[in-house]
Amino acid sequence: MTRVDAITWDVVVVGGGNAALCAAIEAAETGARVVMLEAAPKPYRGGNSRHTRNFRCMHRGPLSVLTGSYEEEEYFDDLIRVTKGKTDEYLARMTIRDSETCLPWMERHGVAFQPSLSGTLSLSRTNAFFLGGGKALVNAYYNTAEDLGVTVLYEAEVRHVTVAEGRFQGLDARIGGKDLRIEGRALVLASGGFQADIDWLADAWGPAARNFLIRGTPYNRGVVLRDMLDQGADSVGDPTQCHAVAIDGRSPKYDGGIVTRLDCVPFSVVVNQNGDRFYDEGEDVWPKRYAIWGRLVAAQPEQVAYSIIDAKSLNLFMPSVFPPETADTIEGLAQKLGLPGNKLRETIDAFNAACRSGDFHPTELDGLATEGLTPPKTNWARPITEPPFYGYSLRPGVTFTYLGLKVDRTARVSAHGARLHNIWAAGEIMAGSILGEGYLAGFGMTIGTVFGRIAGQEAAAHVA
Amino acid sequence: MSLDITPTLTATEEARRQVEICNACRYCEGYCAVFPAAFAERSFSDGDITQLASLCHNCRGCYYACQYTEPHEFALNLPAALAEVRVESWARFAWPGAFARLFQTHGVALAAALVLGTALIFAAIRLLGTGAGDGFYAYLSHSAMVAIFAPAFLFPLLALAMGVRRYWHEVGGTAVTLADLRAALIDAGRMRNLSGGAAEGCNYEKGDRYSVARKHAHHAVVWGFLLCFASTSSGTILHYVLDMPAPYPFFSLPKLLGVPGGILLTLGAAGLAMLKLRADPALGAVAAWGGEMAFVILLGLTGLTGLALYAATGTGLVAPLLALHLGTVLAFFVTLPYSKMAHATYRLAALTRDAQLKRRAG
Ligand SMILES: Cc1cc2nc3c(=O)[nH]c(=O)nc-3n(C[C@H](O)[C@H](O)[C@H](O)COP(=O)(O)OP(=O)(O)OC[C@H]3O[C@@H](n4cnc5c(N)ncnc54)[C@H](O)[C@@H]3O)c2cc1C
Ligand code: SF4
Ligand code: SF4
Repeated sequence: MTRVDAITWDVVVVGGGNAALCAAIEAAETGARVVMLEAAPKPYRGGNSRHTRNFRCMHRGPLSVLTGSYEEEEYFDDLIRVTKGKTDEYLARMTIRDSETCLPWMERHGVAFQPSLSGTLSLSRTNAFFLGGGKALVNAYYNTAEDLGVTVLYEAEVRHVTVAEGRFQGLDARIGGKDLRIEGRALVLASGGFQADIDWLADAWGPAARNFLIRGTPYNRGVVLRDMLDQGADSVGDPTQCHAVAIDGRSPKYDGGIVTRLDCVPFSVVVNQNGDRFYDEGEDVWPKRYAIWGRLVAAQPEQVAYSIIDAKSLNLFMPSVFPPETADTIEGLAQKLGLPGNKLRETIDAFNAACRSGDFHPTELDGLATEGLTPPKTNWARPITEPPFYGYSLRPGVTFTYLGLKVDRTARVSAHGARLHNIWAAGEIMAGSILGEGYLAGFGMTIGTVFGRIAGQEAAAHVA
Repeated sequence: MSLDITPTLTATEEARRQVEICNACRYCEGYCAVFPAAFAERSFSDGDITQLASLCHNCRGCYYACQYTEPHEFALNLPAALAEVRVESWARFAWPGAFARLFQTHGVALAAALVLGTALIFAAIRLLGTGAGDGFYAYLSHSAMVAIFAPAFLFPLLALAMGVRRYWHEVGGTAVTLADLRAALIDAGRMRNLSGGAAEGCNYEKGDRYSVARKHAHHAVVWGFLLCFASTSSGTILHYVLDMPAPYPFFSLPKLLGVPGGILLTLGAAGLAMLKLRADPALGAVAAWGGEMAFVILLGLTGLTGLALYAATGTGLVAPLLALHLGTVLAFFVTLPYSKMAHATYRLAALTRDAQLKRRAG
């Protein structure tokens, strides 16, 4: 094979996740000579995209596996609700409208969707589920890219992008242990966020961030993002914010993925290391509160909390990947979890005493609230009395960061307010342009697919 | 560093560890019957794991889709874990127990059975051959053939029935209804689970790419086998009921069923053997690879020698080919309850049990 550094590539794509693949495929379909630089080794290719499960898709009627209809206004309302208005309406609506054509495009490029099965998939109207999840999607795209002649380099970390007079000229990368210079006529940046760079998180969040767990890939360290920002690229999003959810405290530091989620909080009493409650566990139905709890736990000593339930609640939520600690007494459980036993006993007793009788409905807000307790538990408050008792530890698990590159509707990156000639960005690295706060399930893949495709088309058109 | 040595998990424990991770993940729900069945449970008894393992047909879709395969510390390899459980469980169910692992994991034993079977038929031709009949019966009398093959055919049926009884007990099966059987037969007939959920085919021999080759080869083997079986049965009926002994002309039921059957069986088995060579052995039960391969070859040989025998009609090759063909068939039947062939019955039992559980869940 010709040496990769001896070629002037038409389109250089940085990253190896969903957005990068969509861009590479679109560009290669025009006949452009495309190289993709993926920092991860092959078994870990695909970034956070390999951990995903579905994407959110607008549709005017039943579409492939999607039932009913989900139109622009409803989709946009859902987005406004989670972002509290922090979104670029033009880009957001464009993304939503484009999502409809993405689904058939994805199918044409090898992505298989899962027919909605009974029961477990409650989102079958708004979200299309990938058969086998994100890794199957990523595999399909890599195969398509390979068939189209895209050159993929693994263990290829981009360190520096040379931008002169508003123009991309080449980049420096460490590829398979060697420092190489890659030259190209157009550049697509799709290297994700910076959530795996703990130092950067600690700069933004303070030292507490060192105790955070990273739900996704260890390779999204924001090296290219920082390099571009240092060179004056325009940014969007809040550098001090990241999306964190409360996950099982025993999860791996990186790449724990979806299985580390814990859905027990609404049926539990949650205490911090000192055995104190600190928030209303029954505030709202789970998914919605999932993100709130990431922040809450992050604010507790040592960034850890413990969710305590009793025997009658064990089967009310999704099975957990690690079995809970269990004991026949509250004191015994406290000992296993490393909590002060007397204190936990007091907290549970106070909670139990504040519970009143009423109807318990695990799947809806049932109004079964405590009386005279601070903080209150406003739903699903049932006394923790039935042994054995179970406990899970909780820690904040970072999903993604919001700070990114600002792009326009053609996915073009700008610096000092002026569009760069031949640099585009797609996916999490620019998602802050649309998702300024909060998170809408399945929207990350939507943004990556829509903007990845646009970036690939635009970059290819530029070199055509 | 701690000096703790992690105890090696048994196949069932390892599969349970993996299935519990899947149960928290659920991404593979759409691939096959294993996942919906697993997701209906919160904890898994040994029998549950046996049942799940028997539902898996090693398509490998879930392996390539899994974000937790090695080098990830969760080290998932569900197709291999379930394959190990299957191999162990068939050994446990085999009756009589002494033969349990012999043919499943030992290709050499299977080859020995083939040689022995052939030698036996040779000897029979020598000692019992009458020369009085027509066609094959000129070499070996009809009654001698019946004397050899009737027990060789009935014994495996009994052995398999005993095995399935043990299986049924272990997975906690209840009284079988017609509806359960019907559902199982429909699933098996269509090989619904071999079609890889919404995507076409499985990921057996082309890594993470889908392919329908295994499904087609497997179909060819099943239909080829059934046609050959029907051919023999029709011959039996012609012989006993209509008093029309062999040899039969080309335009007769035994030949019209047997020739295409033999071709399908041979081609299908050749296809399966080739696919097996291309597939990653680490995603199956590694120790059983040789036995499985030997079995596929034996299966193909029954078809091939049958066709060769027909082609040799009237030549001097008939006697040796007859011995080889009958020997192959004999080896196939005698080893049947302990070879990969047993999977057909356990799979059917598993699908029946699955139908029961689905019905119970409503
Ligand atoms: C556990 C989990 C579950 C999720 N589930 C969903 C879901 O179901 N639906 C949804 O829409 N979103 C989900 N998300 C969010 C979603 O993962 C992201 O929005 C999406 O994957 C972003 O795609 P991307 O291509 O921009 O980034 P990634 O897929 O993260 O890809 C970035 C790529 O860049 C590479 N890279 C990084 N730095 C460099 C460098 N310097 N040089 C070269 N390459 C580099 C990385 O190795 C990686 O391949 C989930 C996230 C997590 C963590
Ligand atoms: S095989 Fe892997 S991806 Fe599939 S359900 Fe199990 S854990 Fe999840
Ligand atoms: S290998 Fe195929 S049949 Fe077996 S569990 Fe995985 S997806 Fe199902």
